[in-house]
Amino acid sequence: MTAAVSTRAPEQVAVARPVSVRAGYRFELVKQLSQWRVRLVLLACWLAPGLFVAVVSQQTSLPTDTVFGRWMLATGWAGSLVVLAFCCSWALPLLTSLVAGDVFAAEDRLGTWRHLLIAVRSPRRIFAAKALATFTVILLMVVGLAVSGMVGGIAAVGSHQLAGLDGHLLTPGEAGRTVLVAWVCVLAPTFAFAGVGLLGSVVLGRSPMGLLVPAVLAIVLDLAEMLPLPAVVRFALPTNAFLAWRGLFTDPAQVGPLVIGIVVSLVWAVASTALAYVLFMRRDFTDLANDGAGRRALVGGVLPLVALTGATVLVVSVATSASGTGVERPKLEQSLATSYAHLYRLQSGELNRPDVTEAHLRATASCDKGGSLVEDHGPGNDWRCVVRWHLPDSTATGTAIYQLDVTADGRYVADGDGPKEVNGYFQVHTPQGDAPNPLWQFDGNIDLLTSTEKG
Amino acid sequence: MDTRPAVRARGITKDFGDVVALDEVDLDVDPGEIHGLVGPNGAGKTTLLGLLLGLALPDDGTLEILGQPVGRVLSVPEGVAGFVDGPGLYPALTGRQNLLALASLRGYGPERTQEVDAALEEVGLSGVADGRMRGFSLGMRQRLGLAAALLTHPRLLVLDEPSNGLDLAGKRHVHRVLQRLADEGTAVVMSSHRMDDLAALCTQVTILSVGRTVFSGPVDKLAAESGDLDYRIQVSDHESASAIAAGSPGIQLVPPSSGSLRPQADAVVVHGPVPALDELVSRLVGGGVAVRELAPVVPPLEAAFLALTGLDGSAAQDEEGAR
Repeated sequence: MTAAVSTRAPEQVAVARPVSVRAGYRFELVKQLSQWRVRLVLLACWLAPGLFVAVVSQQTSLPTDTVFGRWMLATGWAGSLVVLAFCCSWALPLLTSLVAGDVFAAEDRLGTWRHLLIAVRSPRRIFAAKALATFTVILLMVVGLAVSGMVGGIAAVGSHQLAGLDGHLLTPGEAGRTVLVAWVCVLAPTFAFAGVGLLGSVVLGRSPMGLLVPAVLAIVLDLAEMLPLPAVVRFALPTNAFLAWRGLFTDPAQVGPLVIGIVVSLVWAVASTALAYVLFMRRDFTDLANDGAGRRALVGGVLPLVALTGATVLVVSVATSASGTGVERPKLEQSLATSYAHLYRLQSGELNRPDVTEAHLRATASCDKGGSLVEDHGPGNDWRCVVRWHLPDSTATGTAIYQLDVTADGRYVADGDGPKEVNGYFQVHTPQGDAPNPLWQFDGNIDLLTSTEKG
Repeated sequence: MDTRPAVRARGITKDFGDVVALDEVDLDVDPGEIHGLVGPNGAGKTTLLGLLLGLALPDDGTLEILGQPVGRVLSVPEGVAGFVDGPGLYPALTGRQNLLALASLRGYGPERTQEVDAALEEVGLSGVADGRMRGFSLGMRQRLGLAAALLTHPRLLVLDEPSNGLDLAGKRHVHRVLQRLADEGTAVVMSSHRMDDLAALCTQVTILSVGRTVFSGPVDKLAAESGDLDYRIQVSDHESASAIAAGSPGIQLVPPSSGSLRPQADAVVVHGPVPALDELVSRLVGGGVAVRELAPVVPPLEAAFLALTGLDGSAAQDEEGAR
């Protein structure tokens, strides 16, 4: 053994400073963007929606099962909203799986943790850089989806008025702004899923299950959304904001559910990222056998999120007047009558009839669910409504019948059952030729949060 | 040159649950010294290297790196670089991109391109630096890992098995780089399973076995620890040579069936001290038996290592037999 230990007083030697978060962030971005998989998805996000909207907008068969799908021939803004609705159902959680679900697991797979720690010298900063880079890449993807869809729609169809989910018309400028706001709103739940992805990636290590965590969570929550859950439970889920943006397209906007959705999503984003951070900082990087924190940490990661959901349910139930499923007859009647009045004006315009106002029409609706043996609340496709309105300059009252398919999230599709001249046929005969009949089928959205008193 | 010890460890202990990885290990490494760290698998080499790189803290003992005591938080002084468990670079990036990204991470400015080029040149990878890492052989990755460490201008370089996967040219490059660094005053601590690397490069060596130091000192002193060795003598007449060896004082004839030594028709294997061996060679030549080659069955360093770590039994012979 050498015994050459110096007896000199040690000079001051600088302790290696950790790399700044900014430098780490750039490093992580370089790594993320060097992966062909991420590049490919980014490219797809920036190209595919535009192409899809442009192509579909030239077809006669439209995706009418998606909100705003039936308006794709009328305005380019509808295309971007179809893309948004489609992304909210599964594409955004899948994107977060791909990026956030792999960001820590990749280092496990490549065996690069020690190298990274030696280079950066701070697990805390590694985590911060990785999380920031992940959110940045996901943001780039979402921006691509939004811009591409808008550009494709406007290029193919043009910027025209958009009929909202209560039938009122948004000017092209309003439509553009609202579409933009809707995309911004879904960033919150997207980041919530990104946080869950980070958590899965930290907890499950190189296991491919880490990649799937956000996608699996999305499937589970999507299935839950289909159930007639109490509205307070629905509002407590991070997927709520993926649906609540629709409320921006009514007048007045259904802001309550959207605000709750965004807040809940942000809480989820922060909570799951913080959990991922805590578990990451507990990790022993000298232990080569470490392959994720295992089942115990999985429980440690999942249970707090379940508890968070429980607490959110409690807070929402105390803070709001939501009760039951939120799908109530008075809300449907009011929503249907309002939409009908707005769309009647649109139809009148197409037919070159004298303009009327909603106030003149004084439209009302009376709905029944499944006949006399079924209570008139809750989702289902057995709602039948009769709309009555007052004809302008006449004492006569018109009636039109609709079948409503109401889903648990508050969206409904009203399918006209006649009379044929009003809402029983998909086209109307205008002086310029046949045109789509706006009263034949239309989408609506009821606010699950408001009280059930008839307005 | 800084004369303070690059590493001074006293009574270092580290355990992982029930497993004691290091048990009161001492280590001294001077500037300009290439210090080999050897030991069987599980001896604690990687754990010790990890402590030097600031990847973990010892549970007990004191550790000074470049004159700076390592405290209770993870931190090591500026000027420590290296790798454990492979260089850990990113396969989606090219070799050059890997180094440039690391240089940016360390806050290098525009000069990073020249630094990277110089490091690549030094490890002999300039020609392939723009290829994706995923196409690199293990040896090329090792050299790239060394280049990454060179970017920091280390005063203590810690390398885990740097010769793994290297071909002859690659090994030569690495040896040259390490020797140059040592000449300039950088302390190098490297683990290796290859005793020929240690013999060629290291001035000091520490042998660990089950977390404990069983030898620490100069390489030539280690060779002396090997004691009497087995030698294989290739001869022109096997039968005569065997008869002469059997009658030589101080020489034991090792039967071909002993252990798993591969029997050779033209060779005898004997055991004994060097003077007795000299006498045997004289007798063989005098007896009309030509001696074509004489070499230890196991090289002295390896023999010493096996003896010190208790691996010189059948396991060692199995290893030799398999070779």
